[in-house]
Amino acid sequence: MFTLGPLGFAVPWLLAALVALPILWLLLRAVPPAPIRRRFPGVALLLGLKDDEAETDKTPWWLLLLRTLAVGALILGFAGPVLNPDDRVAGTGPMLIAVDGGWADARDWPQRVEKIEALIGEAGARGRTVALIRLTDAPDRVEFQTAEAWAGRAAGLQPQAWAPGAFGDWAAALPEGRFDTVWLSDGLAHPGREDLLAALRSRGDVQVVENPRPILGLHPAGYAEGQVTVAASRVPAGAAVSVDVVAQGPDPAGIERDLGRVTLTFDAGAPKAEAAIDLPPELRNRITRFVLEGARTAGAVSLADDSLKRRKIALIRMGADQETLQLLSPLHYLRQALAPTADLIEGNLTDTLLASPDVVVLADVADVTEGERAALMDWLEKGGLLLRFAGPVLAASDVARVEEDPLLPVRLREGGRTVGGAMSWGEPKALAPFPEGSPFFGLTAPPDVVVREQVLAQPDPDLALRTIAALEDGTPLMTRKVVGAGQVVLVHVTANAEWSSLPLSGLFVQMLERLAVSTKPATPEATDLAGQVWVPEVVLDAYGQTSDAGDLPGVEGEALAKAVAEGPSAANPPGLYAGSERRVALNVIGAETVLEPAVWPAGVPVDSLDARAVRALKGEFLSFGLVLLILDVLAALWLAGRLRGLTRGVSAALVLALLAAVPRGAGAQEAAPDDAFALEATGSVVLAHVLTGDPAVDDMAQAGLLGLSDKLWQRTSVEPMMPMGVDIEKDELAFFPFLYWPVVAGAAKPSDAAYAKLNQYLRTGGMILFDTRDADLTGFGGGTTPEGAALQTIAEGLDIPPLEPMPADHVLTRTFYLLQDFPGRYQGGQVWVEASPDAEAEAADGMPFRNLNDGVTPVVIGGADWAAAWATDESGVPLVQVGRGFAGEQQREIAYRFGINLIMHVLTGNYKSDQVHVPALLERLGQ
Amino acid sequence: MTAATDPRSPDLRTPDLRTRAEALGQTLPPLLAEAEMLASTVMMGEHGRRRAGLGDEFWQYRPAHAGDSARMIDWRRSARSDAHFVREREWQAAQSVTIWVDPAKSMAFSGDKSRAPKADRAKLLGLALAVLLLRGGERVGLAGLASPRSGRAQLLRLAARLSDRDGAEDYGAPETEGMVSHGRGVFLSDFLGDLKGIEAGLARAADRGVKGVLIQVLDPAEEEFPFDGRTIFESMGGTMRHETQRAGDLRIRYLGRLAERKDRLARLARAVGWHFSTHHTGAPAQSALLWAYAALEGGH
Repeated sequence: MFTLGPLGFAVPWLLAALVALPILWLLLRAVPPAPIRRRFPGVALLLGLKDDEAETDKTPWWLLLLRTLAVGALILGFAGPVLNPDDRVAGTGPMLIAVDGGWADARDWPQRVEKIEALIGEAGARGRTVALIRLTDAPDRVEFQTAEAWAGRAAGLQPQAWAPGAFGDWAAALPEGRFDTVWLSDGLAHPGREDLLAALRSRGDVQVVENPRPILGLHPAGYAEGQVTVAASRVPAGAAVSVDVVAQGPDPAGIERDLGRVTLTFDAGAPKAEAAIDLPPELRNRITRFVLEGARTAGAVSLADDSLKRRKIALIRMGADQETLQLLSPLHYLRQALAPTADLIEGNLTDTLLASPDVVVLADVADVTEGERAALMDWLEKGGLLLRFAGPVLAASDVARVEEDPLLPVRLREGGRTVGGAMSWGEPKALAPFPEGSPFFGLTAPPDVVVREQVLAQPDPDLALRTIAALEDGTPLMTRKVVGAGQVVLVHVTANAEWSSLPLSGLFVQMLERLAVSTKPATPEATDLAGQVWVPEVVLDAYGQTSDAGDLPGVEGEALAKAVAEGPSAANPPGLYAGSERRVALNVIGAETVLEPAVWPAGVPVDSLDARAVRALKGEFLSFGLVLLILDVLAALWLAGRLRGLTRGVSAALVLALLAAVPRGAGAQEAAPDDAFALEATGSVVLAHVLTGDPAVDDMAQAGLLGLSDKLWQRTSVEPMMPMGVDIEKDELAFFPFLYWPVVAGAAKPSDAAYAKLNQYLRTGGMILFDTRDADLTGFGGGTTPEGAALQTIAEGLDIPPLEPMPADHVLTRTFYLLQDFPGRYQGGQVWVEASPDAEAEAADGMPFRNLNDGVTPVVIGGADWAAAWATDESGVPLVQVGRGFAGEQQREIAYRFGINLIMHVLTGNYKSDQVHVPALLERLGQ
Repeated sequence: MTAATDPRSPDLRTPDLRTRAEALGQTLPPLLAEAEMLASTVMMGEHGRRRAGLGDEFWQYRPAHAGDSARMIDWRRSARSDAHFVREREWQAAQSVTIWVDPAKSMAFSGDKSRAPKADRAKLLGLALAVLLLRGGERVGLAGLASPRSGRAQLLRLAARLSDRDGAEDYGAPETEGMVSHGRGVFLSDFLGDLKGIEAGLARAADRGVKGVLIQVLDPAEEEFPFDGRTIFESMGGTMRHETQRAGDLRIRYLGRLAERKDRLARLARAVGWHFSTHHTGAPAQSALLWAYAALEGGH
């Protein structure tokens, strides 16, 4: 191929035609533009007039240039120009395409897929067989297939949210025989990569494709000196650059927002940058994740777990004025343990409760005043954690001797006991292993932790249930009970080292953490996690998007600890894992992770991914030439004076277009949007459907309600206007008697404000028809379909009464038509309505049905896809086929009848139900 | 059916004539109707000559003079008084108006698709004028085509002759054949042709004591000269041509020549006691009609 800089030509000999351009110039120059012939009677007056200038019968130079350029572009175009021609000598034999497929690939995945497809296409053109492997997968047998078999499969490939591993296993899985390899690397040095590279090089040529653009990774946020610190790494460390880190979390209404933002500045050549975000604790505690703005990879997202949450802890000690030695103070060890990770408040109980602490610690406080007790109880009910330590005062008091004190988990025996002292029998007692179900399960008690003195619990029936830690002889050491949304925990020893060595040990700190009293360190230790099963709540995909973990199985704490240390894997995808008391974030980039660029040995050619795409420019050149020729036509017309009519037509068209555009804009601002909505909704009866955000579903719901409205208009005295879509977050619901809610899979939960509105709507007589559209209403009970699951999510916050399948004598079966069946597009599904208050009610004599549901059922739930059965277009033609043939039309008719019954039920309330009493009333009146 | 009972006139028996006649029949009513409609917009106020003379209408009683024959005395009026009265009738002498509409090809020009050719407007003006004059009792004829007569039948004849006629030459010169001495003349043309022919026609008419109006019918394109670029201008018949590289440059000079031509025509008309006006096909025909009618009336 003949190349000229970055341009190559497929048919270079055609370029010789460029020599003809000067000749063309001369030829064109000699020929003036053709004259127009006009019939004009006034020519008699023109005779004898001479032109001012005579030289204009030559073509003007710029027109010549235009034409020459046009012809030149055409010649170049037909010569087949190619940008960045690919001169590589193609290999033969099988080709292996290995793609890392890790999180770092997510930033340029479409380019990679394009490259893979190009490679497959190239291999197909040369008749090579291809295998495509993603190194983040578990190693599998590598099979070479024809390129046709692979075509289209690359498009479906997605990166994974973790880094590739198991290189050694891949190397072992490689087939024998020679093949060439193209390795699309993400540019990071993953451990073990050399093994695979060596194995691949032993089989044939290896070519590496990398993207030179930097990879950014965000480390988990830390906490230092009252500020949240964030750090990010990059590879390669190039010029100075700034990126924004955004802290995201829910606002008080539960909607995700940006809570804070800080700019990280990488100095030139620096691989890491740090910055601190100063946020008030209220905001800080709501942060759910940090995101590197602009980088769409899992590595640029760092989920925040509980480690950022700083609890407010009130430390209360009665008689605080006592001047005791610092080390003897009951609060000293607590202060030492908690100060680095929590905000401490000290003072008297009444004052500190006003600051609404998360935890109140009472160290050796026997009793509190009545007022304080009431305030404490209030605070406990709302979810406070009261942590009490025993001590001489408590042991000597008569609190909870006879009956249980609300502020103590157990009754206490008088005096307590002393073991291993000078005057007592036995040895100091060590701790028993923590039982399963205890929040401390998994922690190991060091043998040197011994208890010398303690208060004793009265053996009550539920003592065993309330014990969360015990001594080796079974004596309860820590007891706990639940009060409202909060809990009371009593540690049966002092908070200082007087009675036991517990406060001196590391176990003390760990126990406080497990009780969610103190905050955990940023990186959880293996021992913290061991012994519990951690259930993923939220998982990250490779692009850094979070999604609900769904049915992912829980993982053992040990495995999670390993993943936290070494990075996530297929078994432990990055995300948020919940244990019994706390949640742990497993992020792609750990606190200690160092991003290192991949270094390839000499002899392995490394290509850049984004540059030098082979591009045929024939089309561009030809269209450029064509555009020039069109310009030439216009210019020639203008020169000949024939453009006048043309411009007039064009300007008229422009004016018309402007006129058409103007009223549309003006008309839109007639009424304030809220008023317009209210006017439209209240002008008449309007059926409404909830907007789901899925345009297809919303359109179908709109069409369905339109069809139903038409039928109502034709058959009943209800004359609804055009149905409307309602956004439950923004729009007022009170205008609508009836809402049709098509449930889509993965529907987001409404906000709290929306729930409040919906509940108000249901309580004040509105009706919602939930339609899961899946023909299978195991949904509300079993939740097998995604729509059913979404419905469950939505219905959680709704004030829905108990439900039952629609009984045969429900008033809905006879408000207008007599119905036994309620089909939509699907037939035979259950329809659920509010359960009758008295299921045992017997049919009264002479009554056609039991007097149930005197009111209107607030919800009707089904999955028959009624909207589709009702849907018509503007002219009344059904949009969706229902069933087959006449039976289908019959089914559609019954669906309409159900809809009419439903609207009648909504609009008439219990009137229809009361109608059945008319015969009895008439009889009583003696008629 | 025999030839004797054939109602058709002998001229129409040949197919060619018949098709032409039918084509004429189709165009004639619109032209006539349009002319009548145009004429109806002119209020007819003054039918009579406002003086005693020969006529049917009563004009006045006057005392009998010596020399009045006894037959002239109106006895019924005279019996009511002592004097003798003669009953005078209004003089209703009819004028002969001869209209010439330029049939040349140059009149077939129209500068825009939405405008009718100049010939159409000229014919319309001529026929509308005829309608008005005939209604006023005058005798109207077409120069060289129809001798002046009065009556409604004449109108149909005029319309037929007008529609029938298309000249072969590029530019027309006024015809004076059939002009009645001391009658009236109306020349409708674009007057773009050779001035000599126009001068000669006017002179012939003036020689016979004919007075009248010259109406120059022009297309707006001829007044504006909206051309540009390299152009070859040809006369409608193709006998004359003029080539230019830049038509736009000629505009000023062309307009000058046109103004000169109009001025010349106006002077010519004044010299022989005629009236001259220019009418554009872009403007409504009514104003030109009013002007022409008033000019004919007032020149009396």
